[in-house]
Amino acid sequence: MTNNAAPLLQMQNIKKDFFGNQVLADINFTLGAGQVLGLCGENGAGKSTLMKILFGMDVIRETGGYGGDVLINGEKVRFSTPFDALKAGIGMVHQEFSLIPGFTATENILLNREPQKKSIISEVFGDRLNTLDYKEMDRRSGAAIDKMGVKIDANMTISSMPVGHKQFTEIARELSKDQLKLLILDEPTAVLTEKEAEALLESIRGMAAQGISVIFITHRLQEILAVCDKVVVMRDGHVVRDVPTGETSVEDITRWMVGRDVRQTAASTQARPQSGASDGRTIMSIKNLWVDMPGETVRNVTLDIKEGEILGIGGLAGQGKLGIPNGVMGLYEAGGTVEFDGGEIPLNNPRKCLDSSLAFVSEDRREVGLLLDESLEWNVAFPAMQIQDKFLKKLLGGLIKWRDEKGIHRVTQKYIDELQIKCTSSKQKAKELSGGNQQKVCLAKAFALEPKFLFVSEPTRGIDVGAKALVLESLRQFNRDSGVTVVMISSELEELRQTCDRVAIVSGGRVAGILPASASSEEFGLLMVSQVI
Amino acid sequence: MNQNNNIPLSKRAVELARNNAVPIMFIIICAIFIPMAGFTPSYLINEIITRMGRNLFLVLCLLFPIMAGMGMNFAMTLGAMGAELAIILVADWQIWGIPGVVLAMILSIPFSAILGLVCGTILNMAKGREMITGYILNFFMGNGIYQMIVLYIMGSIIPIAHASIMLPRGYGIRNTVSLLNMRQCLDDLLAIRIQGVKIPVFTFILVGLFCLFIVWFRRTKLGQDMRAVGQDMEVARAAGIKVDRTRLISIMMSTVFAGIGMVIYLQNMGNLPTYTGHAQIGMFCIAALLIGGASVDKASIGNAFLGVILFHLMFIVAPNAGGFITGDSMVGEYFRVFLSYGIITVALIMYEAKKRMNKSKAGQELAQAQKEEGAR
Repeated sequence: MTNNAAPLLQMQNIKKDFFGNQVLADINFTLGAGQVLGLCGENGAGKSTLMKILFGMDVIRETGGYGGDVLINGEKVRFSTPFDALKAGIGMVHQEFSLIPGFTATENILLNREPQKKSIISEVFGDRLNTLDYKEMDRRSGAAIDKMGVKIDANMTISSMPVGHKQFTEIARELSKDQLKLLILDEPTAVLTEKEAEALLESIRGMAAQGISVIFITHRLQEILAVCDKVVVMRDGHVVRDVPTGETSVEDITRWMVGRDVRQTAASTQARPQSGASDGRTIMSIKNLWVDMPGETVRNVTLDIKEGEILGIGGLAGQGKLGIPNGVMGLYEAGGTVEFDGGEIPLNNPRKCLDSSLAFVSEDRREVGLLLDESLEWNVAFPAMQIQDKFLKKLLGGLIKWRDEKGIHRVTQKYIDELQIKCTSSKQKAKELSGGNQQKVCLAKAFALEPKFLFVSEPTRGIDVGAKALVLESLRQFNRDSGVTVVMISSELEELRQTCDRVAIVSGGRVAGILPASASSEEFGLLMVSQVI
Repeated sequence: MNQNNNIPLSKRAVELARNNAVPIMFIIICAIFIPMAGFTPSYLINEIITRMGRNLFLVLCLLFPIMAGMGMNFAMTLGAMGAELAIILVADWQIWGIPGVVLAMILSIPFSAILGLVCGTILNMAKGREMITGYILNFFMGNGIYQMIVLYIMGSIIPIAHASIMLPRGYGIRNTVSLLNMRQCLDDLLAIRIQGVKIPVFTFILVGLFCLFIVWFRRTKLGQDMRAVGQDMEVARAAGIKVDRTRLISIMMSTVFAGIGMVIYLQNMGNLPTYTGHAQIGMFCIAALLIGGASVDKASIGNAFLGVILFHLMFIVAPNAGGFITGDSMVGEYFRVFLSYGIITVALIMYEAKKRMNKSKAGQELAQAQKEEGAR
């Protein structure tokens, strides 16, 4: 209010390098109060780094700070910790939840900012012995939830909430801070169902109307068009476009992001021939499968998969499509029978699955997919070494086994080239890569196993358009060249229809139906909602 | 909760039994042993009430570290050592009765606080391994530091006036320090007798006040912070809560209250076994709390009460019951030791088993639903 001339946030010539590797150069943009800014760009374009600078995260300081200026209301600021940024009115909702599982929404929203009542004891022993003012807590959390315009139960514990409500709790926590002027949302809709995402967009509009500025990072470009005032597109550490939303379209943004026309590659794959796989023999037959995977329960699924095909499994979030591969591969408790290549695969036993030449690329790449602290070479070669005794040199008739470093290096380099993994070398640590490149490493890892059968779960979740096309293409190629049967699970129907021969739709934990990829989206849509619980 | 109403009563009973498997198992053991031991009911009740007054305060001290996610505080023994040092000094100064007890309590606070500070600092370096670290720490403190002070420093550097508590060689403290002059002085205050059963009203008032304090404490900012830290340290830290400091405070509170509890314990016993008094305290308190149905990450005041009653009931009847079964009282004594150590192991295993069972239960329900569907 004091200085209306200056916009809320100005970024001027922001530069950042990690040990000589330039990741951001000459970033300039401004954001006015009550505006919503959509920030998009491929993975590794520098979005996260930019937000880390704005939010004063420790990594920035530890790696030598940054160049250029951040101005808030016309005043230069330099945050050394996130707490400074919070004080200045910047709130951030990270991709990973930061909530206490056993606390209610109210307790989480006001965590460490609880309104308190003084007592004689606290006068003597200090403020930490103030009692909490529960009535005031309820009032404030209620106000924050109202501000968001979404209904969530303030007295429900986080651990019993659906994932979407957890996300809303996080946002409400930021909104409950009185000084909040700017809210950064880092891919908030990635974990939400369509309906919840819709509600979130609505609440972003509401926040903007109340004068709170929002920086909205997402890969779903439609959402940007729906809610943002302006779009900032980043590529390779530069801002390539800064335009009002009204003057652009999804196609434009996509082109700016990747610097080439993606639609052509998509179009060429559309013409995928319906291969003869449909009359091939059944390689895997799943009967009466149930899987107890929290949030993705599978009930009584019976499914036949033909040799050499790419089968898609789609459906809305939380309906159980992720449970199928996780159950078959033994990562979650499951029951029923699974026959593969003539023999029965015991459930709840990951090792047996891997031994029978099945491979799985998990949707949870950080926890299950990668050894984050190890090099790419290790990540690619480790399962093959562990399961198939590949990349091992035997001495003394197999008594002692040595790692074949050269072989490991060769195969890793091969996949780095094939999948265009962006990295400094094959010795780089997996955690230093961006999301899309980590996903490619996960694929390389599975490819190195040379399986007969591959489950790929959400291969494109949270990665950008360019990497997406590449990942899908490499899957198709792997299927074509090595004759591997691929089952791909994805929330994005379009991607399934482009890549797969047949698409099974899971709804309410059951297979609602299997359609050829050429079926119309209306038919798929009907199946998706047929048994929703 | 609504779902529960649809589940038939028998299933809910099974559920209840499963969730309280440990207390139920000990109720059964006690039910079998009591008739074998052949004690009169009034003797049993009398013993139980005495032991509740003696031990409850100590057991309740364990609740703070559990709240802060640090598990069972094996190092509460440090508080007991602090109290013993205080009580030796008070005994030497010949301050008896209520003033002696109060002085010992006050004097124990700085001792336990320092020991708790050391312990908390070390446990902060050993996050995730608090229980085993605490356990080893109490060996080091008990057999190392405490023994050094009591055996060598007291009498030589710290002046000890009365030869009656000193070893004949001129320094160090005797194996037993008599506290006859302060024996049960708290318990006798306001004590009432109902049909031969003595109820130490004042001690129970102290325990009651401590319970109120715990209930109140849960509602304070510090209590809330402790619960937050106990559930997720990283999230708590990101919210600006001082994690290490909060954990340190919870251990120090536990140790200081354990010191006060130990003074209550010793005035009831009436003598101080100088070198062994503290040795079993931590173990027995933890066993009692576990038997009461607590787990490593969740414990309530109710667990403490139930646990103390069951544990000591078993403690009283086990030797006689063992003697009844085998005809040898030595075997009964062995029985008692065997049981008390066994309890901790069994309770921890059952806790773990319950966790796994809960996990597979959801799966079984799914399989069941599917079977029913197939039958239709």
